[in-house]
Amino acid sequence: MRVKYFAWVRERVGVAEETIEPPADVRTVADLIGWLSSRGETYAHAFEKPKVIRAAIDQAHVKPDAVISGAREIAFFPPMTGG
Amino acid sequence: MSVTATIRIQEADFDAAQEIAALTGGRTDIGAVVTFSGICRGSENGEPIAALTLEHYPGMAEAEIGRHADEALSRWPLQGLTIIHRFGRIAPGENIVLVVTASPHRQAAFEAAEFLMDYLKTNAPFWKREESEKGTSWIEARDHDDAAAARWTRS
Repeated sequence: MRVKYFAWVRERVGVAEETIEPPADVRTVADLIGWLSSRGETYAHAFEKPKVIRAAIDQAHVKPDAVISGAREIAFFPPMTGG
Repeated sequence: MSVTATIRIQEADFDAAQEIAALTGGRTDIGAVVTFSGICRGSENGEPIAALTLEHYPGMAEAEIGRHADEALSRWPLQGLTIIHRFGRIAPGENIVLVVTASPHRQAAFEAAEFLMDYLKTNAPFWKREESEKGTSWIEARDHDDAAAARWTRS
């Protein structure tokens, strides 16, 4: 699946998007945040406060307990500040 | 009559008067037009800023604003709706966002515009970064914006 990062999450991770293949036991958005955090210092820094991170699956907002199977695109970003 | 919202996510500036004219031109059934323009301030928390840079999530920005536009059209008797949100570098005094609502009477136009702005603030995937003498930093979300959006939730 494709993962996209925005704003300071993108800056901390160091890339805007990438393709990942998480193991089968990574079922939810919260699981995925945990798995990504274990991939290295930049990820650990980006996701150090998981409660602050917002997520979208296929361009719609989701909660941390959302199941990721079948997702084409998952995005992680800080609370939005548009408008 | 079904109403289709006009939604544009663009780097270029917009002209509010021109957008109002596009909604109302040639019509005599519209009785109220409410326009909200969001403009870049020259200071943030008392500190002068040089500019804002808005990052957005292409695709989702259009989709998310579209979902809220559809909800506004289903909740209020609107005759026209235009939403424009800019991205990229925006200097103090420049436009950031525009919401134009048209309806037969003022209440629907006021309420729908306020509803849309409250949701744009908290749910549209845009992030502001400020530039100042001290460097650049991401603007933090505000709790009162979440509270403003929550009051529109229907139980």
